[in-house]
Amino acid sequence: MLFYLLRRIVYTIPIMIGVAFFCFLLVHIAPGDPLAAILPPDATADLQQQLMVLYGFDRSWPEQFFSWFWRALQGDLGASIASGRPVAEEVFKAVGNTLMLACLATMIGFFFGSLFGFVAGYFRDSWVDRAASALSVLGVSVPHYWLGMVLVIIFSSWLMWLPATGAGPGGSDDWKWDWAHIQFMVLPALTMSVIPMGIIARTVRALVADILAQEFVVGLKAKGLTDFGIFAHVVKNAAPTALAVMGLQLGYLLGGSILIETVFSWPGTGFLLNSAIFQRDLPLLQGTILVLAMFFVLLNLLVDVLQTAIDPRIQRS
Amino acid sequence: MNTTMSLPAKAPDLPLQPRSAGFWTGVLRKLMRDPVAIGAGIVLLILVLMAIFAPLLTPHDPYQASMLKRLKPIGFEGYVLGTDELGRDMLSRLMVGARLSLFMGITPVLIAFVIGSGIGILAGYAGGLVNTLIMRTIDVLYAFPSVLLAIALSGALGAGIGNALLSLTIVFIPPIARVAESVTTQVRGRDYVEAARASGAGAVTIVRVHVLGNVLGPIFVYATSLIAVSMILASGLSFLGLGVRPPEPEWGLMLNTLRTAIYTQPLVAALPGAMIFITSISFNLLSDSLRSAMDVKA
Amino acid sequence: MSIGMSVEHIGADPHGDRGGPAQPLLTVRKLVKHFDLKKSFVETMMGGGKVVRAVDGVDFNVLKGETLGVVGESGCGKSTTARLLMHLIEPSAGEIVFDGETVGSPALPLREYRRQVQMVFQDSYSSLNPRLTIQDSIAFGPQVHGVGKRESMTRARDLLARVGLEPSRFAERYPHELSGGQRQRVNIARALASEPRLVILDEAVSALDKSVEAQVLNLLMDLKDEFGLTYVFISHDLHVVRYISDRVMVMYLGKVAETGPAEALFEHPLHPYTRALLSSMPSMDPDRRTEEAPLAGDPPNPIDPPPGCRFHTRCPLAEAICAEQTPTLAATGTRETACLIHEPGSRHTQTGAAIYAS
Repeated sequence: MLFYLLRRIVYTIPIMIGVAFFCFLLVHIAPGDPLAAILPPDATADLQQQLMVLYGFDRSWPEQFFSWFWRALQGDLGASIASGRPVAEEVFKAVGNTLMLACLATMIGFFFGSLFGFVAGYFRDSWVDRAASALSVLGVSVPHYWLGMVLVIIFSSWLMWLPATGAGPGGSDDWKWDWAHIQFMVLPALTMSVIPMGIIARTVRALVADILAQEFVVGLKAKGLTDFGIFAHVVKNAAPTALAVMGLQLGYLLGGSILIETVFSWPGTGFLLNSAIFQRDLPLLQGTILVLAMFFVLLNLLVDVLQTAIDPRIQRS
Repeated sequence: MNTTMSLPAKAPDLPLQPRSAGFWTGVLRKLMRDPVAIGAGIVLLILVLMAIFAPLLTPHDPYQASMLKRLKPIGFEGYVLGTDELGRDMLSRLMVGARLSLFMGITPVLIAFVIGSGIGILAGYAGGLVNTLIMRTIDVLYAFPSVLLAIALSGALGAGIGNALLSLTIVFIPPIARVAESVTTQVRGRDYVEAARASGAGAVTIVRVHVLGNVLGPIFVYATSLIAVSMILASGLSFLGLGVRPPEPEWGLMLNTLRTAIYTQPLVAALPGAMIFITSISFNLLSDSLRSAMDVKA
Repeated sequence: MSIGMSVEHIGADPHGDRGGPAQPLLTVRKLVKHFDLKKSFVETMMGGGKVVRAVDGVDFNVLKGETLGVVGESGCGKSTTARLLMHLIEPSAGEIVFDGETVGSPALPLREYRRQVQMVFQDSYSSLNPRLTIQDSIAFGPQVHGVGKRESMTRARDLLARVGLEPSRFAERYPHELSGGQRQRVNIARALASEPRLVILDEAVSALDKSVEAQVLNLLMDLKDEFGLTYVFISHDLHVVRYISDRVMVMYLGKVAETGPAEALFEHPLHPYTRALLSSMPSMDPDRRTEEAPLAGDPPNPIDPPPGCRFHTRCPLAEAICAEQTPTLAATGTRETACLIHEPGSRHTQTGAAIYAS
């Protein structure tokens, strides 16, 4: 187990370096001189020189990469061109907001996904099953940015129950866990929850159907085990995999949130990326992508390790 | 089905039961008996025909703006689906928009199918160090959630159709290459490949005669399941302003420019997204049916 | 081209018989295959990593025109040996000499060797490409070696007829439309299509029903006479090996335990392992029922084979010396065996007692 853990961590390191390298390249695949992309249009020659040295564009690629990577490891992701503030500071504030939203969305998605999946798997091939399957096809086919708009139309424009955009009266800097603020989270979280819901429903359905078809469950039934007993058995056996899928989906949401945050003007990473792109703020773009991707890699690692800890049978090579 | 904004985490273990040349006729026959497949197929056919013949079918010039006829509701005289924020006919724009939307959704998957299959088959057949080098590189790209990767690339490259297509192609190469590698590795272990090597055939001949025919089908079916994701992502890039530029009609971009109208003309504003939705569902359903039609033992 | 002509063709082949009938068709010297266990980066850094000693120094000859049976428990290296002979996997060490020429040398390039040696696999299903008609599968080999498409198709149909499958009915069919026995006939036809001199049959009949197995065995024997073939027949089924083989080689844990003429070896096994193996063979004749204890348990792990004689952990006659001294494969007349009991001068107490000699 310890050996597996070590191996899994060692295996993750080259991936992380690769991911960092990719993020490093982002600035270099940008059209034009990378320095020009980073320089504000009204840059003085002095600033130009300063940035040249700071980014080390006069040095060789590997040198540039390692010095950039080394600084990134220490939490220095450079400065945003638009705001002048450290990228790391902006990104971590935004990551917090995105995580808040993504966690809520994952929980909603997990709850409904498991519910649909469980019912569908329990009453396999019944109309409930078919309805749940249809629903999950809809869930994975819907352009979620459009779904967000539709929800805004229904709940904000027609019913006027919930606010459409923003993060509360005081903006993101003044977040409180009261209804005045939470109501701003409802629509984006609901929209986002559709992304994992379909997948979780499918996974749970397959798991439940599988477990119920196993011989020993049939045996337990024959022995007169109560429905609740069978339910408990199914939950116990399905939970590790379902939770693992949930963990991975949380990771995907960090990426998937970009478009939804744009729709709802939610001050998270998606919103940050959007503004970085339009102001051609490449250090900010690079830093945000790097943090999100690293987060995703680490989450994968964590899910893998936890899953193995819960169920040693799934030790993968 | 693997169609969500998250690509499948692992290459699926595709069935590799023997298939004859008559296999595809069998698959087609099964599809023709599947009402869901027929329904989805008909919808897609209509969309494609609409896209091809859009210039002949549009009731109005899709680029003709009119300040007087801005944001008219559905059913407004002469404008069946109303008008957009610049007073252009929605129906005409949706029809012409099908061209770019379908093109931008399907093309990246097709290109990625060719490149990804090539890479995956090479890795799978060569094995050893070549495999490790290729697959570990692929793993790095795979470490990004697909939406993030698409936006990172097109964000860095800048807006434009070409850049969006390039970004999406790069997004879809890793999953396709993974499936191709896994299927090829399975086929390479079959005795008929060993037997072909035993007859003294070279690698190129063996791949051409014995490998391609057995792996392209499963890879293709997998690729079709990515088209729905690609449609959503491509329109999403345009929605963010990273893909098609105005005034070209494209569903994602239309959805973006109509965002301001969700309080005044909500139904009109939601139309382009509904088109993306319908297309994506149809591709998903068709791909699902194709998969299950192929899944039955020959 | 008729099949009869094919036979003449073999005779007229510039790569046909060169060394005369006395020279073995195939000589295997010190053949070794170690498979690396999957090593992680860390293990590589720490150095080493273990190997599976699948084939660990094997010597034998295959004489012209004979059928050499190869037997042993699963995991003894039979199939690895087959794949090594075919050069489907690279040997770690050792040499394969085909009719006097080292395989892979300029005189006998691998490609040419592979025309003269062919293989029939156990799984008739997975050894035919499901997307090719059976005549295309059979014609593939000749085409690789430059035979024209038309001619190779004719040859494929002739061979189909020869293995008992009516060409007009079967040539255009796909593998899944055939039964297991029919598919194995196709595999045999495919192996014969490039006009080989040696055919390696790796458990070629093991997956077939008993009745079909007998038919295919008889077919193999007919084909051998007709085309002047030499067979290496690998099987775990001792009855079948005894039926078809001229000589038999017994393998244990990647080494040769014993070789000898089939009848002599089955009647009077020299090596305790052979004896144990044969005693596990059910006999129809009550008088011949065995009193010897059949083999118990599984063979030891080939990653860490026992020192000395590999069989000493399960051998009823093992003594302390057996764990120290590795027996060499020594000839006694037409037979060879690797056991200290038969090794003159070894310190085994029963050496020379010749308890197994006739």
